[in-house]
Amino acid sequence: MTASAPPREAPTRTLVLDRVTKAFPTGTVALTDVSLAIAPGELVSVVGPSGCGKSTLLRLASGLEEVSSGSIGVAAASTSYVFQDATLLEWRSAARNVELVGELRGVSREERRARAQEVLDLVGLQGFEEQHPRQLSGGMRMRVSLARALVAEPELALFDEPFGALDEITRLQMQTELQKIFRLKRFAALFITHSVSEAVYLSTRVLVMSGRPGRIVAEIEVPWEYPRPPELRYAPEFAAITGRVSAALGEHS
Amino acid sequence: MTGADPSVVTEHRDPASAGGTVACGADPAPTPATPGASTQSLPHPSSPRAVGTTRRTSWVRQALARSTPIVAALAGILAVWYGVSYLVLPTSQRFLLPPPHEAFGGALSNPQLMGPMLEGLGRSVTVAMIGLVIAVVLGIGYAVVMSQSGWAEKILYPYAVILQTIPILALVPLIGIWLGYATVARVVVCVIIALFPMISNTLFGLQSASAAAHDLFTLNKASRWQRLTKLQFPAAVPSIFTGLRNAAGLSVIGVIVADFYFQQGAPGIGGLLRTYTLRLQMDALFTAIALTALFGVVVFMIFAALDRAVVGRWYGRPTR
Repeated sequence: MTASAPPREAPTRTLVLDRVTKAFPTGTVALTDVSLAIAPGELVSVVGPSGCGKSTLLRLASGLEEVSSGSIGVAAASTSYVFQDATLLEWRSAARNVELVGELRGVSREERRARAQEVLDLVGLQGFEEQHPRQLSGGMRMRVSLARALVAEPELALFDEPFGALDEITRLQMQTELQKIFRLKRFAALFITHSVSEAVYLSTRVLVMSGRPGRIVAEIEVPWEYPRPPELRYAPEFAAITGRVSAALGEHS
Repeated sequence: MTGADPSVVTEHRDPASAGGTVACGADPAPTPATPGASTQSLPHPSSPRAVGTTRRTSWVRQALARSTPIVAALAGILAVWYGVSYLVLPTSQRFLLPPPHEAFGGALSNPQLMGPMLEGLGRSVTVAMIGLVIAVVLGIGYAVVMSQSGWAEKILYPYAVILQTIPILALVPLIGIWLGYATVARVVVCVIIALFPMISNTLFGLQSASAAAHDLFTLNKASRWQRLTKLQFPAAVPSIFTGLRNAAGLSVIGVIVADFYFQQGAPGIGGLLRTYTLRLQMDALFTAIALTALFGVVVFMIFAALDRAVVGRWYGRPTR
């Protein structure tokens, strides 16, 4: 809402998708008529059956793919993307993996060292900076991946089922961790997941997609403030919301 | 995707109660009843370097364990050799396969024979290594060019395949006619024979980075050069070392073949093999053969060790 906000987009929206459709050259229609808007400080999850075009949505938002019709507006100085796998360079230490972003963006050595250390501390990896990816557990690898996304100080963060490959306990830890980071940084986030409870626990808003071609069929607000205690997952009001999300999924899959 | 019914949800007022599960038909991953686990932070590493020291002390034992099969194989060869010499061949034909101590003893105790032989071996080693270095540079360069565009690969790869499919012996006479029968021609034979494994392994390695890793570079607006030097080339290093190991072995074969055919100038060990054969100098012939075998084994071991050292340390991947 400040005067310095970019004038092209509505200043309170970091990411706007307007009636976006994506068809691939093979004829597959991945998404039809998807509209959504995400404001700073919002963490919006998208849940949907597998193959419904959730990941395509993220690739479009990041600019990795072009829309077939409709438009996408991004008002973020910096965008980060967290992949399904940690996608670390195995020949680089944890710290050097995080520094890669700065290297590619032309940040000076001292600055990218300092900032890498900062975000590695933030994700709880102090002491592991010099470890190589193969020496780290799946959860720790994902923490490095999160650190690499955070080091660019994103105003928009895109998450492509980042915790899907982790075991259940690690996954819950990572959810708590991400929530803590989100509370601190308050970027705008689009979070793809196939887990209803993950979506509800993390997000300010959950969007439900139909099976292919993907459409947004329901939008469910999640009312709780952050930080959300882990016990919230076992509360009846939590179950009520996951129930609504699951019901919407069930109707449209 | 199963339809979910909110009524299925079991309610537990006490979050710490065992089995408190938020059941959700659409959720493939049920939530375990350990809320404490999610708040617990990461343990600190007690001593991340401890593994390295224990590994070093057992290094000697590992080297011994690795060399035992080779020693056993050599002993086996000697046993069969003695057997054939003394038990199979009649005395009149024993010159065809003199027992090892005679075959090697005669030559080894003769400095006039061993001097030229070792000099020849030295020349062959030099030629093979020069050829290998050129093949490595050309092969990596060729693969890098191919990796930069689909077009370049389509156009350039067939040449590499053609080079590989022509048997080297078919090319050797032509190379002699064009380049003479001395060192240059010998180096060229080594380059030709060692080039393909370098090209194909390097190209495979350059293309081995995951699509997601490429996306990461794209999203950070990496230049072509950054993508090559920070992603493709480092990802290719293990394959390049595999190629190097194969190319080194082949360049040894290449130099023996080239020595054998190109007899101008100072002879290499392959040239001496031919001389000894023509003169039926059996002890010298066997010693020269043993030296070429040793040459090949040492080259293989050097590059295998290099492979393990570099790839094992930085990539933590067991080599093939």
